[in-house]
Amino acid sequence: MKNRLAPYAFVAPAVALLLAFGVLPILVAVLVSLTDMNLGGLGDWSRISFIGTENYRRLLSDNEFWQSLTNTGIFAILGVPAVIVVSLVIALLLNRANNRYFRALRSFYFLPAITAIVAIALVWGYLYNTQFGLFNYLLSSVGLPQVQWLSDPIWVKLSVALVAVWRGTGLNIIIFLAALQSVPKEYLEAADLDGASELRKTVSVVIPLMRFAIFFVTITTIIAWLQFFDEPFVLTKGGPLGESTSISLFLYQKGFSASQFGYASAGSVILFVIIAFVTLVQLRARRTDVDH
Amino acid sequence: MLITEASPHRTDTAITRTRPPRVRRTGSSGRLVTGAVLGIGALITAFPFAWMVAASLKPRSESVAYPPDLLPKHPTLQFFKQLFSELDFGHYLLNTIAVVAISMVGVVLMAMAGYGFAKFRFRGREPLFFLVLATMMIPVQVTMIPTYLILNGMKLTNTLLGIALPALVSGFSVFLFRQFMSTIPTELIEAARIDGAGEARIFWRLILPLSKPIIAVQIVLTFIASWNSFLWPLIVADDEKLYTLSVGVSLLNRQLATNPSLQMAGATLMVVPILVVFVIFQRFVVQGFTLSGLK
Repeated sequence: MKNRLAPYAFVAPAVALLLAFGVLPILVAVLVSLTDMNLGGLGDWSRISFIGTENYRRLLSDNEFWQSLTNTGIFAILGVPAVIVVSLVIALLLNRANNRYFRALRSFYFLPAITAIVAIALVWGYLYNTQFGLFNYLLSSVGLPQVQWLSDPIWVKLSVALVAVWRGTGLNIIIFLAALQSVPKEYLEAADLDGASELRKTVSVVIPLMRFAIFFVTITTIIAWLQFFDEPFVLTKGGPLGESTSISLFLYQKGFSASQFGYASAGSVILFVIIAFVTLVQLRARRTDVDH
Repeated sequence: MLITEASPHRTDTAITRTRPPRVRRTGSSGRLVTGAVLGIGALITAFPFAWMVAASLKPRSESVAYPPDLLPKHPTLQFFKQLFSELDFGHYLLNTIAVVAISMVGVVLMAMAGYGFAKFRFRGREPLFFLVLATMMIPVQVTMIPTYLILNGMKLTNTLLGIALPALVSGFSVFLFRQFMSTIPTELIEAARIDGAGEARIFWRLILPLSKPIIAVQIVLTFIASWNSFLWPLIVADDEKLYTLSVGVSLLNRQLATNPSLQMAGATLMVVPILVVFVIFQRFVVQGFTLSGLK
């Protein structure tokens, strides 16, 4: 005699919260993006008016929007390959032995992934500081010129991306290590019998067998970099002159600093469409991969 | 490859226990070089943390000294004291602990939902579960503005509950709970029902104790995520009385030019508890992150 309402009572709270903060926001964003909602409209809904696709038209002719979109692209081009190559190489090396020392090393590589970005950004800001930062001191001690880490329009992109790469590798190393477990030993032993070198085995046996893990990490890393926010927000506030502003940071500034909720929502919808597109590509490719 | 490992049990053992040492014909010298390279890499990776702790103990004159010293010559705790006496970090710390505590309620709600989806057949189960999975695809940066508007409509902006609510449940964790709980034998539940136990009692007394491994992973990950959470406190808390540690630490950025020691003390205060949790519960953290890779 099962209580027929019991399952609903169990799932209701979590599902209600997911609907309220996962699904509803997308609908709200679409709706608000068609209005001129600002700080006035926040307190008094009668001051909001419907303006159709005006926000989207303005957005597409907004230089700041295109700059943030371009910056996000540059960040992704710098960051995605770096994160993947670094984590793959470290995972392959870490997998070469399984003693206490190698297991302890894993934790070191993993640390940046679980520590608060706010605190981390302060530390890096201190290292990058041009008056008393460690990095410029190290450069000067080997006779190299000083670098304006966070105020040069080009260097700032590299500096901000470096922090994110440093923080982004730990999780992917773990995923790659898990994938390395599933490489069948027989293949490696067969390669050994053929006299294949360590490098040859890695390139010809291990990496092809890991292609799905690599593909998976590539997609999730691309999505993560499309949402890039924390590092530039804390390190540079998007400066100098918007040179390190990502799309997410642009949306935050328009939404919360300038209180243009309608305008920022239109940007959110565009970002959502871009990310949904990448996700669909991922799902489709995964299906094809499973088929083979 | 990753998909085939979806059972929590298998990943558990694969990662933490029975990893067989792989027979390789790498010479011991090759392994020594690998070990050395990885060791240097690990030191570089961990260096910013060491630099942070060292600078937090330096007097201001040493932290802005040029050339810089690695270790403090005259170590002092004055900046930790300053965080609590002159700045309001005691308050921020309490708020952070409150947010973490509220987040733990979320673990219970997610366990309940996982159980509901795993062990009951009911009308609407499939579409509801699909919705749960669909929310995993929606990035938080897209929803920050509408979520703020929703919280504002619910009069929850500027409350601790409002800070914790948007991230209280995650579709992915519900999914993990469901996966784990579907491995619990249905006969056990039926037997409890025949003995006259109510549904709530079965959940608390039978299901939760049997789900300890996945609950441990979720508690540790929830602690880390809510302790570190920055975006929602930043957006939802207008009033300084509601700031969490993360917001307080980000405000120290304004003091960048003036006092790095104070900043590093704030950063250390935020990072060290997480390091301690990580060292103690490393197994759960790694397991949880491996599972999150299945997403």
